[in-house]
This record gives sequence, C-alpha cells and structure tokens, in this order.
Amino acid sequence: MNIELKKEILNENKDSRKLFPLLVTIIVSFINIFIHGSIFLLLRDGQLHPITLTIIAVLWGSIGFYFIYMSLNWMISFYPKKWGMKLQPFIFVGPAIFLLAWLLLIPTFRTIWMSFYDASGSTFVGLSNYVEIFTNKSMLLAVQNTFIWVVLGTFSCVSLGLIIAVLADRSSFEKIAKSIIFMPIAISFVGAGVIWKFIYAYRPDENQIGLLNAIVQFFGGEPKAWITLVQPWNNLFLIIILIWMMTGFAMVIFSAAIKGVPQDILEAARIDGANEITIFFKIIIPYIKSTIVAVTTTIVIFTMKIFDIVMVMTGGQYGTEVIATEFYTQYFLHRNTGIGSSLAILLLVAVLPVIFMNMNKAKKEEGF
Amino acid sequence: MRKNKKGKFLVNTVLIIICFIWFIPTLGLFVSSFRHVNDINTSGWWTIFPHKAWVTQETIQLSKDTDLNNSIDIEGQLVSDQQLREGYVLEENKRLKWENRLAKTVAIQEKEWVSNFSFTLENYKFVLTGGNVEITNPDGTKRIIQGDDLSRAFLNTLAVAIPSTLIPLTIATFSAYGFSWMKFPFRNVIFVSVIGLLVIPAQVALVPIYKDFMNIGIAGSYLSVWLAHTAFGLPLTTYFMHNYISQIPKDIFESAFMDGATHFTIFSKLILPLSVPAIASIGIFQFIWVWNDYLISLIFLGGIPEAQVLSMKLAQMIGTRADKWHLLTAGAFVSLLLPLTIFFMMQRYFVRGLLGGSVKG
Repeated sequence: MNIELKKEILNENKDSRKLFPLLVTIIVSFINIFIHGSIFLLLRDGQLHPITLTIIAVLWGSIGFYFIYMSLNWMISFYPKKWGMKLQPFIFVGPAIFLLAWLLLIPTFRTIWMSFYDASGSTFVGLSNYVEIFTNKSMLLAVQNTFIWVVLGTFSCVSLGLIIAVLADRSSFEKIAKSIIFMPIAISFVGAGVIWKFIYAYRPDENQIGLLNAIVQFFGGEPKAWITLVQPWNNLFLIIILIWMMTGFAMVIFSAAIKGVPQDILEAARIDGANEITIFFKIIIPYIKSTIVAVTTTIVIFTMKIFDIVMVMTGGQYGTEVIATEFYTQYFLHRNTGIGSSLAILLLVAVLPVIFMNMNKAKKEEGF
Repeated sequence: MRKNKKGKFLVNTVLIIICFIWFIPTLGLFVSSFRHVNDINTSGWWTIFPHKAWVTQETIQLSKDTDLNNSIDIEGQLVSDQQLREGYVLEENKRLKWENRLAKTVAIQEKEWVSNFSFTLENYKFVLTGGNVEITNPDGTKRIIQGDDLSRAFLNTLAVAIPSTLIPLTIATFSAYGFSWMKFPFRNVIFVSVIGLLVIPAQVALVPIYKDFMNIGIAGSYLSVWLAHTAFGLPLTTYFMHNYISQIPKDIFESAFMDGATHFTIFSKLILPLSVPAIASIGIFQFIWVWNDYLISLIFLGGIPEAQVLSMKLAQMIGTRADKWHLLTAGAFVSLLLPLTIFFMMQRYFVRGLLGGSVKG
C-alpha cells in the first residue's frame, strides 16, 4: 500500500520520477554492501566466541541471500513498469547465472589455458604436460589405478546393488535390510576411512585388533599390513570401501525401478515355468536397462573423481595414487600448476563421453 | 508352494548374511568408541562377546637366578624359555606362560569363557574436551596421550554446512522459478547451459576459484567455502527444483496475477510453501554432501587451524595419531552422528532427493 501511495505522489512530479529510481538503486546497493560487508568483517576480524560466531554465520548465510533478493525486488518496484518487467527475470535468475559463470564456467576455461603452461604458469609449453602425464611413471600409475577403480568399483557396486535389490524385494524384512545396506551413504569417506582402517589394522604381536587380521589368524594365516605392504592388492582393499559405501546407492535406485516391473509379466513368466534366475536375466534386467545405465554412469563419474578414500587411507602412497590425489599432490604440494591443471582437464575429458553417451540414450528412450 | 517357501528361506538367509557383513564395520566402530583405551589397544572389539580365552589362575615366582638358557623346572615340568614365551600347553585347557619375564614370574592359565564387557564414556570426553589420557603400557610404564578438541570443529562444520545448504537452495529456487515461469531472451539456452555445468568436476574449477578468492580477500573465510559449495551444488539443485516448480499448475499463477500479485509475492507466499517437500529432499542431500565433504574444505579452509571442519580434523588425526584408536573411533562417531540421525529420521526424503539427484558426482 505504501509503495502504491508513493508511486502516485511521484506521478505528479515528472522530474523526480526519473530521479527517484536512481536514488532507490543507490540506497539499496549501499545498504546491501554496508550490511553484508560489515558482517563479513565482523566474522573475519572480530574476536568472537565460537558459538556466537557459528550462530551469526549460520543466520547470515541463511537469511542474507534471501534479503538480497527481497531488497532488489523492492528496488525495481520503483522503476518504470516497462523496465521493471524486463529486469525482474534477471533478479530471479541473475545471481545463479553470475555465480555459475564466475565459479564454474570461466574457471574451466582458465584451467584448460593453464594446462598448456609450465609449472609456474609463465611459459607456454603446448601439450608437453599431457605427454608428461602419460610418460611419468607415478602419474601413469595414477591413471592406471583410476581405471581399475572405475572398472572394478562400478562393476561390483552395480551388480551387488542389483542382486541385493532383487533379494530385498523378495525377502520378509525388506525395509530393515535396505536401511542397513543404504546407511553407509550417509557416512563421510573420512569416517569410512576410520572404520575400515580399524578393520585392516595390523599388530605385529599376537593380539590383533583389526577384524580382517583376526579372521586370517583364526584360520591359521599370517597377519599382514594390508593397505601398505600388500602391493598392488592394497588398491583392492581400498576399492572394497567404495563398494561398501556406494552399493546402497545403486540398490535404492534399482529397488525403485524393480517395483515398476509389472506384476502380470512376472506372473505370466512363472506360469510358463520360468525360474527366478531366468526371470532376473530375461525380464527384470531388460526392463530396468535404462536405470542400470544411469546408475552405472553416476558411479563411473563418481569413481573417476575418487579422492577422499585414498587420501585418508594412504595419502596416495604405497602405489595407491589415483588422478584426483595426484592432482592434489601436484597442485598443492609440488606447486606445479601446469601438471595439476592437465590432470584436472584429464578428469573432465574422461567424464564427458560417459555423460554424452548417457544423454543420447535418455533422448532415444524418453524423448527428452 | 513348498518350493516357494524354501526359496524364501534361502533369500532371507543370504540377505541376512549380506546385511551382517555390511553392518559389522559400523558396529565395530560404535562398540570400540565406548571401550576403554587399554582394551581397544590390546583386544579386538568382538571380545566383548563371550568367548574362550586363557585366564591366569595363579602365578609362580621362580628364583631370581633361574638360567633362561637351560630348561626350567616348573612343578615337575621341564620347559624352555621359548616355550614359555609362546605359551606351553600342559594338558587340555591348561598352559604355562611368562607373566613377566624380567621379574621371572610364570602364569598358570586355563581356558575359560570370558567377555571383556566393560564400557566407558571417557573417549568421548577426551575427544570433545581435549583432556589428556594416561595409558599403561604392557610393560607397566605409563604414558600420556593428549586428547583432541573436536567441539570447535563440530561448530565449524555447522557454520559451513547449514549456509552451504541454504544458500544454493535459495538461489536455485529463485532461478528455477525464473526459468519455469518468466519470459526473457535465451531462456532455454541459458537453462540447458546451467544444467550442462553438472559435468564439470570440482577439481577443474577449484584453483582458479581459489586464486579469485585470494585476490578479492575472502580466502579462508566461511563465505569462500559457502560460495564454492554453492557453485558446485547449483546445477543439480536448480535442475531438481526446476523439475518440481515447472510442474505446478498454471491456474495458480493466473488467479494470483488477477489479484494483482507480483512475481515476488507469488514466489514467497505461494511457491515456497508449495515447494517444501522438494526443498527438503534436495536440502537433505546437499546437507549430507557438504557435511561429509573433505576436498573443498581442505582447499579453502586448510590453512586455518581454528576454522577446521570435522572431516579435516578427523583426516588429520588418522594421519598423525594412527594408533590412537580411542580418539579416532570416538571422533569418527561424533562426525557421523548428525548425518546418520538425519538419514534415519528422513530416509524417505533422502531417497527422493537421491532419485532426483543421482546425476551428481
């Protein structure tokens, strides 16, 4: 009401009608910069108690952005109607576009650019960083390990997820079973690192505290330091952690898809004498094929970028390095921006075909 | 019919075994985090269950000048030093073993059903307050291990994770509304480009972002992590919210416009309340993602000890205090507590977010 009133008053005075929007723009911008700037400085420089700091940070982060939208909308309500109509969509989508351009799109091109420069980023070296990746022994090992991760990890997650989804569908305690298998997805990779490091723990003496070595000892075997000394099989022990975490993800999505297989098809097959294994391979798998492709894609992309597990368990040592840990080592420890950028771009290039394949598939099947 | 019953039994059995294998790792961590520091370091967590183990019945003091190079006479039995080290089985369920080789005491042990069923909350106290713990080594000496103060890291993680969830959600909901219900030039091209940014791995953008943050002076602040998480989360949240908001019936908008409502009032008064289920689904997904993140916090907050989040602190503990299992297990559980609670309370929403957001990597 107030705004309408103001507008009417303004209409009477033609000169100030042009000036007023400008004034509001300046005031709104100033207020935003002042408020957000001072909160930022308070958080950065103010000697606050941790709890106070957390509360202010949470409140600011949560309400602050809504306040920006609100004030900008209030601002353009003073603009001439024609302008306001044109500007309004950009207040809604502008911040998203700005952030994505600034923090994702442009950085990608900058990284591509940097990958053609040397370690300090000053001399153009062409493709030699990429040549280095595929000739240097340790980086080649990282590429090779990533490949093993992707193939073994994805295959195990997808097949186990599928089997468990089918089993759970036919069991008497579907909900509980699914919760248990799915639970690790809520656990961080670092947390999972602790959990599994404890399982692989090795003691030179008689009392093993790690479950794996205790089992090995029980059956008369020799306890070992699984994740450090048993090369190259230690990679396998790390991949098991991924399988433990991601199988639940595959299972939940497959489970939803399996529920979509029409019951009458299954019944008809059973009446025709097909056993459950035939039904699984001949009906269920073809029926949920697109879901299998989607889940496989997701896990492949996820596994290509695997970082946390390796970093936490071995720090990329003992022959377990993968592309993402090598990226971190090169960039942040060796300060080699050229190789670091090239490794990042290698990840991007590896991810692209997988996504395009998936998109083509989705287009064909769903008319997307 | 009988065949069916047998099949169901088989399915249930196999599934129980799989669930058991899946559950054991977490159970081990959980149980261990409540065990006393000396217990954790000397016995497996499964020994809390009844099992057969050697228990000392009585100790024999040998004379101080016993020659360890020759056979030793203990109650008529001749045994060597080596045999006493490994444990010399006299008869069934009875053996001799050094209690303390230097003090020349030998233990007579028998196999008995035992369980190390004792628990403590001390580990959590150490890990949350940073108090010191005194450990008695097997040889009787004592050493002191400093605890870790994770309470600060817990607060930091909250300060990182809550805004890093709400900011992208706010921006994504506004932009999803814009892309669904407003007209502007190149709308579809821009929308497809936004979704296309899903393919970009975080690693590709991290370093240029970091450089920019250094240049404008926000590096190392919470704001920098929020912005990074927002950028990496936006394509997916926008996609998810667009799927939902674009499905809202058109008549709702038309009647609202007739009443003279603006886009902003429609958004705040109508669309936001209607979108709560979708926001909850993708919000839980994003929150757990951010809470568990390690790489992004490591790069943007890595250099500032007082701003460390739980995942970093825990990873650091794994690196530097690998044998301090009492701290690691309790610390890991502190970091898991919140995501696991949310997971079990809101599993339905979480699954919905996952089904919609399964493209994220």
